[in-house]
Amino acid sequence: MLFTSSTFIFFLLLLFSLYYIIPRRFQWQLLLAASYVFYAFAGWECLVFIALTTVSAYFSSIRLTKLHESQSAYLKAHKGELSKEEKKAYKSSMDKKRMAWLLVGILYNLLVLAVLKYTNFAIGNINSLLDLFTADTSIPMLNLILPMGISFYIFQTTGYIIDVWRNKYQAEQNFFKLALFVSFFPQLVQGPISRFDQLSQTLFSEHRFNLRQITFGLQRILWGFFKKLIIADRLLPAVSALVANPDEYTGTYVVLEMIFWGVTLYADFTGGIDITIGIAETLGITLAENFERPFFSKNIEEYWRRWHITMGSWFRDYVFYPVSVCKSMLKLSKWSREKLGANIGKRVPVYLSTLIVWFVTGLWHGASWNFIIWGLLNGVIIIISQELRPLYEKFHEKTSIGGTKGYAVFQMARTFFLMSTLRMLDCYRDVGTCFKQFGTIFYKFNPQILWNGDVLKLGVSAADFAVVGAGVLVMLAVSLIGRSGSVRKKLSKQHISLRYAVVFLLAFSILIFGAYGAGYDSSQFIYNQF
Amino acid sequence: MELSEIIEILKDLHPEVDFDTCTTLIDDKILNSFDIISVIAEISDRFDISIPAGEIVAENFNSAQALFSLVSRLSDDD
Repeated sequence: MLFTSSTFIFFLLLLFSLYYIIPRRFQWQLLLAASYVFYAFAGWECLVFIALTTVSAYFSSIRLTKLHESQSAYLKAHKGELSKEEKKAYKSSMDKKRMAWLLVGILYNLLVLAVLKYTNFAIGNINSLLDLFTADTSIPMLNLILPMGISFYIFQTTGYIIDVWRNKYQAEQNFFKLALFVSFFPQLVQGPISRFDQLSQTLFSEHRFNLRQITFGLQRILWGFFKKLIIADRLLPAVSALVANPDEYTGTYVVLEMIFWGVTLYADFTGGIDITIGIAETLGITLAENFERPFFSKNIEEYWRRWHITMGSWFRDYVFYPVSVCKSMLKLSKWSREKLGANIGKRVPVYLSTLIVWFVTGLWHGASWNFIIWGLLNGVIIIISQELRPLYEKFHEKTSIGGTKGYAVFQMARTFFLMSTLRMLDCYRDVGTCFKQFGTIFYKFNPQILWNGDVLKLGVSAADFAVVGAGVLVMLAVSLIGRSGSVRKKLSKQHISLRYAVVFLLAFSILIFGAYGAGYDSSQFIYNQF
Repeated sequence: MELSEIIEILKDLHPEVDFDTCTTLIDDKILNSFDIISVIAEISDRFDISIPAGEIVAENFNSAQALFSLVSRLSDDD
């Protein structure tokens, strides 16, 4: 059930009506039922997988909390009686038990994800190796299903289990509440990846009909549809055409592909997240923000703090930090300082952890070498930026260019270009083609395609480009206004006539200029596939 | 272990920062992830204390004093 389908709109209207009619204590149960109905549209097998994830998380987290409680109770009861060694031995035995339950909880989920998402990728690689030695042996590919949003809900659930293991908070005792946390339908499609301690504050509460909150939610949904239907879906055919025929579309076309894909992905993904957060808001539920005007970032590190924020913070908290401070990494740190000197030695574990986390981030995005290389290149650029930091600081000390607006624009453009270059790996069929296409920018000079009409042969008409261009300008204006605070709060302080005019204009522009295609069937959200 | 030793480790990374008074090292993005890991490796090396990943939160790294309190607590637990 796509967010942009008429079925979904009907589903949402029905849910919304029931939500504010039924006794408030039943609201979260209704959301659970609605989430499972929503997910059933993706296939009954999907329900089995999400239910099993919930069961694994429930039992392992309950055990983890019980172990924490019994440890605290034991140490309190025997305070002053135990020697330091006895206390240490007791804690160590409890740590082992907790680690076993942590592994039960997370290994099941990560294994499911690994098998469903990466088996065929592994088989493909093995077959390529076999081809080198023998031509007539190959392992057949498996016909595996990949449940919608599995990467998102498994990561969210794994984060919950790890937090309970860390004793950040206690396990949820109500199985069905945990089931709602895992399956809350707006975020099943493409995140954000929520944290239990934050989402649970509003997910299980009773919500009164709050007109202001609902209006804000609806405005956010409209804004999401605007970005998705007017910008992303209109521009996507041009991107598809450009990557489908790489031999034909070289040089300036590649630059266009980078820009078009950057805009399309941003409009699609942030549009989807706006719809998600907006739906939750109409139900009184607060979801974490996933974007903070990432194209205004001045370097790649800042970009990753502002793009897909919940995924970045997930990898930071549950992969980067644990890998960086694990015993073997600290040993490596000590060894490298002794052998390579303090200056180089201290960098070794940090940079190794960075490459590991970006390798995993790439793999999470997709089972292909394109994404693995994409991830590793992100890591390498971040490391280079870190190394160049002192050089930049010296440069800024000696020149006055650093604080100027022109330089800030240059930094933003540089970050956009860098990220757009890396994003080419999302689109082109393999890594080789990607590098080849990038190379053509420097030796195929065909800027005339920008004015001789050739760009209009990419499946997007002049009128479409005009609509997209206007949409991008609106998006830019909203981003600029949003820098000093919530756009919707600012709008709510305006005269009623202006408020209605803006909302109606938004709604009508979606109806008139939205790309609906044959049979009112909009494109799937790009991030659904992850 | 003294607070001054923690400040010394932090000064090594950011000599320009006044760690005696600054209480927004994370909130103001003065320390990034690289810095945090470098600090943890240095503390682990000097004081033979391991800081678990779950303790890497803004409250524990926003100031030299907060970091000192964390390390003191962890060494007491040991």
